[in-house]
Amino acid sequence: MALPPLDSPQWHSPLRAFLWGARSVGSTVLTLVLFATYLGIGALAHDTHFSLGWTLASTAFVWAGPAQIIVISTLGSGATIMQSAIAVTVSAIRLFPMVVSVLPMMRTENTKRRHLILVSHLTAVTLWVECFRFLPQVPRERRIAFIQGLGCGLVCVCLVANTIGFLLAANLSALLAAAILMLTPLAFLFSTARNCRELADVVALVLGLALFPLATMLDSGVDILVSGVVAGTIAYGVHRVRALA
Amino acid sequence: MSEFIGDWHALAVLFVAGVIPNQIWRMLGLWFGGGIDEGSELLVWVRAVATAILAGVIAQIVVQPPGALASVPGFLRYGSVAAGFAVFLLARKSIFAGVIAGEIVLLAGKWWLG
Repeated sequence: MALPPLDSPQWHSPLRAFLWGARSVGSTVLTLVLFATYLGIGALAHDTHFSLGWTLASTAFVWAGPAQIIVISTLGSGATIMQSAIAVTVSAIRLFPMVVSVLPMMRTENTKRRHLILVSHLTAVTLWVECFRFLPQVPRERRIAFIQGLGCGLVCVCLVANTIGFLLAANLSALLAAAILMLTPLAFLFSTARNCRELADVVALVLGLALFPLATMLDSGVDILVSGVVAGTIAYGVHRVRALA
Repeated sequence: MSEFIGDWHALAVLFVAGVIPNQIWRMLGLWFGGGIDEGSELLVWVRAVATAILAGVIAQIVVQPPGALASVPGFLRYGSVAAGFAVFLLARKSIFAGVIAGEIVLLAGKWWLG
């Protein structure tokens, strides 16, 4: 599905832009990955004796797959709430630089912060990746509406997947559960790799992968933050050196 | 209806361990990113750090696997990522082809190991 050209009257109304965003759910393979992942989360929640309402609330209000998996599996394993909260807080740090880097792409001079609250909430890996792909094809003043549509569409797909997964849970084998958990790293890796535009992006990705096992040796509790800031800063250094050369 | 929602305790736990730890970073991002200029150098650094932290999340799932994935031996998890990445590159950066290839290696390997 192709989006209308930038000067098309299709973009005149924010509602139309929202609907184009929602329809774009159908033009990314990441929707399939999300569907399968949230099917798995629904099944996992069922097997760990959480209710369906709880599962749907976690998808709507947390909206970060890895965090939801951590909450369900650590609480299911008998860890304390605090241990679970700390683990989730650390893995969620990525959302901060993602929101920071996505918002300037859709802001105009008239944008107030409150207009950006919903898109901030909807920002997660999939939306972050797709912003870089879709937004150049969307007129600036309609980008917020478009991303709200895309994000709400993705949430709806995942709520449906949660419900199906929850109801099917009794039939989910350990093999299938492992395969579903493996979807997240595979899809995150390839979608980030596809988004790499300059050498610095590649350096950030490769070093980020390579430094994490080293950072775990520090056992600091914030290993992801340590490896991420170090790798990201080196990548930025590469960008600076190339800009100067 | 109470069966749908479950007990209030679980919802409170969701709020403390799930909602707050995620929303705190998003709202900080909103507060900070709402005023940053699109062409600024700071943003280049922030984007690099975001990519690297995401890479860390990817590595964490593969190195310290959650739940059922822990039953898959390490070499199979790494093999799945490597095979998926090779196919991703060969298929001209197709996410779909890469994910399918990685999953096939994982499932076939686990089935073969029994």
